[in-house]
Amino acid sequence: MKAWLAPVLFFGLLLGVWQILAATGFWSPIFMPAPLEVARFFVAGVRDRSLLEATGVTLKRLLLGYGAGLLLGLPLGLLTARSIMMEKTLGLLALGLQTLPSVCWAPLALIWFGQTESAMFFIVIMGSVWSILLATDAGVRNVPPIFLRAAQTMGSHGFHSWIHVIAPASLPFVVTGMKQGWAFAWRSLMAAEIYITILTGLGLGSLLHYGREVHAMEQVIGIMLLIIAIGLLTDRLVFSPVERYLHLRWGTGKN
Amino acid sequence: MQPIATLEHAPAEKLVVRAISKRFEVSRRTVHALDNVTLKIREGEFVCLVGPSGCGKSTLLNLIAGLERPDTGEVLADLKPVIGPGSDRMMMFQESALFPWLDVMGNVLFGLKLKPNLSRKERREIAQFYLKLVGLENFVHANIHELSGGMKQRVALARALAPNPKVLLMDEPFAALDAMTREQLYGDLQEIWARRKKTILFVTHNVREAVCLGDRVILFSPYPGRIQEQFEIDLPRPRDINSVELARFATQITRALKQYLKPDLQEVAE
Repeated sequence: MKAWLAPVLFFGLLLGVWQILAATGFWSPIFMPAPLEVARFFVAGVRDRSLLEATGVTLKRLLLGYGAGLLLGLPLGLLTARSIMMEKTLGLLALGLQTLPSVCWAPLALIWFGQTESAMFFIVIMGSVWSILLATDAGVRNVPPIFLRAAQTMGSHGFHSWIHVIAPASLPFVVTGMKQGWAFAWRSLMAAEIYITILTGLGLGSLLHYGREVHAMEQVIGIMLLIIAIGLLTDRLVFSPVERYLHLRWGTGKN
Repeated sequence: MQPIATLEHAPAEKLVVRAISKRFEVSRRTVHALDNVTLKIREGEFVCLVGPSGCGKSTLLNLIAGLERPDTGEVLADLKPVIGPGSDRMMMFQESALFPWLDVMGNVLFGLKLKPNLSRKERREIAQFYLKLVGLENFVHANIHELSGGMKQRVALARALAPNPKVLLMDEPFAALDAMTREQLYGDLQEIWARRKKTILFVTHNVREAVCLGDRVILFSPYPGRIQEQFEIDLPRPRDINSVELARFATQITRALKQYLKPDLQEVAE
């Protein structure tokens, strides 16, 4: 059997069952639209560009917030792993804040920044930075000391060791952390967009929210599917290749 | 710049360890790893340190490598005090300590990239040369996990040799290998040592291995680590580990070693 056949059959079957159930009137269209309705919503959304714009707005927020989360989390994770002082202070703070669901930042962000892009930015950073920091910390701590000793005897020290030994040696952990950070950034942005209305741009979360308010279930379901698709796509296009490369190099994983 | 040392003027003593002591705190107990150890190693000499686990021979190697500092005493390399690691003294470990994020070539290039005044092309040529020397010229782009234990130690040897250190410090580098691979590497190491004129300090707890490789075998006893006896091995090279003459030396040294062991450590002497 071809590799793509199983998933195509599986998702085709799901869609088929959904369409049949909708056609038989098993669900009221108020609760669950037929897949064809959702497809029509997509076509209309692409034609009047509203869906494309919302996707653009959301992805821009996501990339900015996640990017800032990486810029903060990666170096801070290195610091907490290598300094006992930082571990006891910043590390503890990160551990605490990581347990806080990121939607809890929304009320605070709303009061501090108002209904602005800054509020979104803030929530996405808070949602992603702590898990990135903690994963980097764990990655650095898991670097076998013998790597550093070997590098030292070859004349590596200080900054060179950080860049050429500690960073690459902790990569498998760090990539896992980056992936988790991405998932957290995504979740916190959706929560923020549903919770906070911003006039400078309607994101996917806002469209989802308004879909409910006007009882447009094809919009609600359609946006949900779109969010899933974007998540799957980033995993397949960005993280999976990196992980596959690491497995190949390190000799980990099943393949 | 220091003057270029010709063979006549080169210090006869490549390494000098002078009255070194070192203690460690291990779970609130003090371990006296080395007690007043003094040792001189001539240029081009192959010296094996033998002793049971815990006799401080690895610690001594780390001190000479500059990875650790002695409590008292000092280490001189080329008559200059050792204050840290230096690429004139390359270390090889029991685990290959190869970097899994680099391929074979990348690992051998690592130390070369830290040497200034080499072009990209020169670095690659040097790396190729040493990979050929250890018989791995066909595995230049292999990943580390694809290599066998013996191949890994060969890469580690190439990596240690590539920056052209005068001194090689080897900490039980063949202990984790099977007997066949080990015997092959004994031959290779003796050949490389003779051809490249290295000074080698080799730590092992295998007496036969020490006799097979060393010009001199130094016997350590544990708790605290001290030098007990030294044996000059004047057998012709290359030596075969299975030869009768070698076995005679090994028996003699093993007998000496047993005197210094506590009863519960007898089995280490084989």
